[in-house]
Amino acid sequence: MKAPLSWILDHVDVPEGTTTDDITDRLTLTGLKLEAVESPGRDITGPLVVGRVLTMEPEPQKNGKTINWCTVDVGDANGTGQPQGIVCGAHNFAPGDLVVTVLPGGVLPGGFEISARKTYGHVSAGMICSAAELGLGEDHDGIIVLPADAGTPGEDVRPLLGLDEETIEFEINPDRAYALSIRGIAREVLVSVECASGFRDPALRDTPAANAEGHPVVVEDAEGCPVFVARTVTGFDPAAPTPDFMVRRITAAGMRPISLAVDVTNYVMLETGRPIHGYDADKVQGALVVRRARDGERLTTLDGTDRTLDPGDLVVTDDSGIIGLGGVMGGETTEISGTTTSILVEAAHWDAVSMFRTGRRHKITSEAGKRNERGVDPTICEAAADRVVELLVEHGGAQAHPGVTVVGSAPAIAPVEVPGDLAARVSGMDITEQRSVECLRAIGCDVTGSGTLSVTPPPWRPDLTDAQDFSEEVIRLVGYDLVPSVLPTPPSGRGLTRSQQLRRRVGRTLAGEGFVEVVTFPFIGTEDLDALGLAADDPRRDLLRLSNPLSAEAGYMTTTLLPGVLRAAGKNVGHGNTDLAIFETGTVTLPRHAGPAAILPVDRRPSEEEFAALDAALPAQPLHLAVVAAGDAVAGGWWGEARPVAWSDAVDAVRSVADALGLEVTASAVELAPWHPGRCAELSVDGEVVGHAGEVHPKVCDTFGLPRRTVAAEIDLDLLIARAVHLRQAPTFSSYPVAKEDVALVVDASVPAADVESALREGAGELLESIRLFDVYTGEQVGEGKKSLAFALRFRAPDRTLKEGESAAARDAAMALAAERTGAVQRA
Amino acid sequence: MSGPNTDYDPVEVTPLKSEEVEAMREAALAAVAAAADLDALKQVRLDHAGDRSPLALANREIGALPPQARKEAGQRVGQARGAINQAIAARQVVLEAEHEERMLADETVDVSLPTTRRRRGGRHPLTLQSELIADLFVAMGYEVAEGPVVEAEWLNFDALNLGPDHPARTMQDTFWTEPADHHVVLRTQTSPVQARTMLTRKPPIYVVCPGRVFRTDEYDATHSPMFHQVEGLVVDEGITMAHLKGTLDHFASQLFGDGITTRFRPSYFPFTEPSAEVDVKCFVCRGTGVDAGGSDACRTCRGEGWIEWGGCGVVNPRVLVACGVDPEVYSGFAFGMGIDRSFMFRHNLEDLRPLFEGDVRFSSAFGTEI
Ligand SMILES: [Zn+2]
Repeated sequence: MKAPLSWILDHVDVPEGTTTDDITDRLTLTGLKLEAVESPGRDITGPLVVGRVLTMEPEPQKNGKTINWCTVDVGDANGTGQPQGIVCGAHNFAPGDLVVTVLPGGVLPGGFEISARKTYGHVSAGMICSAAELGLGEDHDGIIVLPADAGTPGEDVRPLLGLDEETIEFEINPDRAYALSIRGIAREVLVSVECASGFRDPALRDTPAANAEGHPVVVEDAEGCPVFVARTVTGFDPAAPTPDFMVRRITAAGMRPISLAVDVTNYVMLETGRPIHGYDADKVQGALVVRRARDGERLTTLDGTDRTLDPGDLVVTDDSGIIGLGGVMGGETTEISGTTTSILVEAAHWDAVSMFRTGRRHKITSEAGKRNERGVDPTICEAAADRVVELLVEHGGAQAHPGVTVVGSAPAIAPVEVPGDLAARVSGMDITEQRSVECLRAIGCDVTGSGTLSVTPPPWRPDLTDAQDFSEEVIRLVGYDLVPSVLPTPPSGRGLTRSQQLRRRVGRTLAGEGFVEVVTFPFIGTEDLDALGLAADDPRRDLLRLSNPLSAEAGYMTTTLLPGVLRAAGKNVGHGNTDLAIFETGTVTLPRHAGPAAILPVDRRPSEEEFAALDAALPAQPLHLAVVAAGDAVAGGWWGEARPVAWSDAVDAVRSVADALGLEVTASAVELAPWHPGRCAELSVDGEVVGHAGEVHPKVCDTFGLPRRTVAAEIDLDLLIARAVHLRQAPTFSSYPVAKEDVALVVDASVPAADVESALREGAGELLESIRLFDVYTGEQVGEGKKSLAFALRFRAPDRTLKEGESAAARDAAMALAAERTGAVQRA
Repeated sequence: MSGPNTDYDPVEVTPLKSEEVEAMREAALAAVAAAADLDALKQVRLDHAGDRSPLALANREIGALPPQARKEAGQRVGQARGAINQAIAARQVVLEAEHEERMLADETVDVSLPTTRRRRGGRHPLTLQSELIADLFVAMGYEVAEGPVVEAEWLNFDALNLGPDHPARTMQDTFWTEPADHHVVLRTQTSPVQARTMLTRKPPIYVVCPGRVFRTDEYDATHSPMFHQVEGLVVDEGITMAHLKGTLDHFASQLFGDGITTRFRPSYFPFTEPSAEVDVKCFVCRGTGVDAGGSDACRTCRGEGWIEWGGCGVVNPRVLVACGVDPEVYSGFAFGMGIDRSFMFRHNLEDLRPLFEGDVRFSSAFGTEI
């Protein structure tokens, strides 16, 4: 809400010497936050005075333009009393006119400094100003020509143009709808600013009593429209201009002046908070009827939009049909125009919820709707309508029709029981009941009783419904700044949960392994999944769709972190960071296609079943981890060659995480997009698949702008964390000597090394301490389709030194089992 | 020197003459001293202490002496050989030390060479900021609560006193999911975690919930459809606004530095009543609004001395009722701050987009600590 200060001070007095800052500081602390203080002439400094044009000589120029060489009387403002010579390019004035003159030394908006300068063969000592040059809006005809009686030459022009008039912009919270008016803000000044007094309520006026002469109105839905007031003026001069003060105030408040009739309704809305609608009375046919719309009814509103109405919409009709969306926007057929001479003024109170729904349904935001949906004082309809009539009569030459229609009355307000010590209990401050009562009365409440107060809020505060609402009113007037600072004493906590600790551990582990964490948005489009090369029946294509995504390409919640990290990796490569390792942890959304999440009552706790059903209705949201690495894993340098990343780096990244959690990961070959069909590992822990890792399919690399051989992994971190070893047992070591045996076995190339290893491990028996694959060889020596695997075995007994030949026997047993299981033969 | 030779006619053996032995010994010791390196010393050992050395050869002649002369000659030769071996050993130690010293000197490297073969990793600064904040509260005895980001409408709105027609629902531009009648949203705030916490724990409750939230804001320098919040909730007997103020003052001083306090302004949130906006004293100008030069407005707080930090208030009794907490017995406070926003002004970041672009240069700059 933008409120011109002078308008506020028309309705409340502040002590002499109170500055704008004093007022805005206090209002900010009591709940109307200052956004900005503006004045039209804020950026203008130096001499800006009334000038009288004495002479003007048109001088045609070579460039086709004609300039005027003028002498202007600026009184003593130039220090000499002599006429000022000024070159002016505009032509909309004549000698004798009063104009706005800026003299050398002045600065106009945009930092435009004025000095005497040579131009068109003259020394131009100043400038005759247009509205645009003063930052006052658009130019119409050229320079500003002041009214003949505006002032005398040399006089400061600022007050004449209202250049110094300050407008305060407040941020208005939804519970302070009353402050969307000068009336409400002036009242806040009264209760907030020290020693403010003399509140003059613009909605407090004597109004003529209702009679039968007014325009007929029938309200069929009294709940939707509890009060409807109609007044009429006739003989209105549609050409009458809006007075300057009104234009200035409406403009300052952020609205556009349109015509006197429209401006007056807006002016009264700004002043009282009560939205007013004006109809061209001659276009209204018969009685106004207020009702809900019927299915399929349509209306073209003032903004030219043809709208299909909803049965929830409140409408105003006449004999011709629907002529307005009540409280939200009028219709085209009865719109006030440049020929309107009779005006039917509507001041009605509308049900706020209906207003909110209609506004949202039809996507209409208007100054009227904003007020109606937040709640307006229902008792001021007559006063507001009367004020409109008064202004139309005063400025538009109209006559007030004697008829006054008033249908309905403001709903009664029930008192609320408020414990007298509630404000003290809520705030932790020493606030007496007496003080509470004073504060409540100051904001307009009617308070009776003691101990438990019976408090009736004023009609402009529909937000005050609960006892605790009143405590806020008391505490804000006492002062939020006086709330003491006291630390509560929580019971001893249990610290982070194990899962929380482990997630941190995972992040630190990966950072230690050289991966950099990224955060990406979880939105995805089906094109992203196509880019991964996912099969049509891939379960990752089962997506939760957003109803209102920011863009169609990101219309779903993702089921995989891979598109996000691959895209991030591609961007980094694009920036020239070609050697790269990144990771992301985040939840993915896996639809369960369960029933709706019920809207439960709020006047009681949901049952355990209801609460469990809510969770069951939500998609599964496991925490995933994804990594991507590209380029060189180890940089080349004076120490030697670079080592490019390989599929195994992706697997190892997962293994490093698993190690940190005390888990062992086994890998087996699988074909899965977006990985290379021959270089993808399915990773399992205790027989359960936890994710995949390997080299990214070359096509996918190309799509994401990544170098070939980029590697990636994605795992379900929740599964891993759930299995993390909690209590590790202390190890025991044998102090007897180790016996080492190496074996080299030739197997078919398709046999997984892990199978050979596990056969060796099993066959070697209890004496085996460790086994390590130290070489893989393919080539002529072992033959086509074969590979040689070399393992180092270490044997040791816990309680004795191994006897001669014991380790060799165990090795032979290991090889025998490997031969049986995998067809391995000892390499010659 | 020859001993007495009275009743036996000695055979004359020249090499065993004491002058001769003495000469050999002198020659050997001179050679040892002259050995410049271990190789030279090895040769000296062969020449003067080896099997073919003059003294070794002389030693073989001892048997030719008459028995009474053998002992003396043996002693003479033995002493000479002992002295030579000792000298060689001593020289060996000296030369080995010299050799080692030279060898180490030869192995000198340029220690200023680059050493980083592998990139350093790093964690995302928002993760670090979230953990830092969680730790501040854990240190006070709070626990960290969590909830899903795809959330039931009832928990995100209704349970928090935001009914279907509450005007405040339009303040939060919500991502809805399909089908619309399933009432599932992307949480617009971390507050549903409050509701979940009250529904699953008994008071006293002291929790913080950092997490991701979503709004339908177009992505620009100051808006993001996804951002991070931290929410705090306390429900206990006798909790007041003063406890809220004390907690936030403590939080502010821990996060931004000693002496940094908060300011409350009346505000409106459906789930709290009374509600307040929290401003934190600018930690750059310490509330003066003036920059270090003393003339211009502080850039961090734009000259206001205070920075808008978040919202807070006393938990609305309606919320307590919907979440099964008896408002006659318990009261509570709640607060919520933007983690991204706190990070931005704490670390002087003017455009939030680098937080979500995944550029490794950004995260790497923070390493594993902020
Ligand atoms: Zn500052």
